[in-house]
Amino acid sequence: MSSSPDRSAPLFWLLFAGGGTASAMLLPALVFVTGVAVPAGWVSENDLLSLVRNPATQFVLVGLVFLFLFHWAHRFRYALVDLGLGLIGKRAWLFYGTALVGTIVAGLAALRL
Amino acid sequence: MTRELTKPLPWNWWLKKTAYFRFMMRELTSLAVFAYALLIIWALWSAADAGAFSALYTFLSNSLSLWLHVVILALALYHTATWIALTPKVTVLWRNDERVEPGLIVGATSILFLIISGAVIWLVLM
Repeated sequence: MSSSPDRSAPLFWLLFAGGGTASAMLLPALVFVTGVAVPAGWVSENDLLSLVRNPATQFVLVGLVFLFLFHWAHRFRYALVDLGLGLIGKRAWLFYGTALVGTIVAGLAALRL
Repeated sequence: MTRELTKPLPWNWWLKKTAYFRFMMRELTSLAVFAYALLIIWALWSAADAGAFSALYTFLSNSLSLWLHVVILALALYHTATWIALTPKVTVLWRNDERVEPGLIVGATSILFLIISGAVIWLVLM
């Protein structure tokens, strides 16, 4: 069996690291916003809606969806392999495909606005 | 091609040592990252229609959402802590032939995290 190097591996690793850094720095604050500030009534529905409709926010949010999903795809698929679920975890396209579809859906949603 | 004889690990190997368990939890923080990406997609998708966005806004005060946020916050903070702990291993800095103390890199990244978190919350609440 010839083993040519998998040239896509560094790209996925880079996206994993980028998404890992973005989520490490931003996720706790975002969870605070939607899990504490919104239920507490510190952010009104109109304020939140105009924030999400802001083109700069949309650009950032689509970028975060892209990075978050590719981070998840890479890390979770190897976690499944480690958990003995290699049959699922080794189907790379399932995870990176999900990440790609999610990014496209987020991008289309932003374009629709 | 030679075939290796490997004994499969029992499914619960990661429950047998605290270090293994912490490793598995660290890897599974990616599920929180995934869940939050779905919430962002929902927000982007519903923002086109005020009624749909209202449903999302109401859901955020729902007890199911609050519990999910508690779990996601715990996993997110664990991800942040473990990710910051790894920064000195990924970024090895040198100053005048001396390696920059790993603790200094961890401290600087932690301060950066606090500044970014404060900025995001301030931007939303102002």
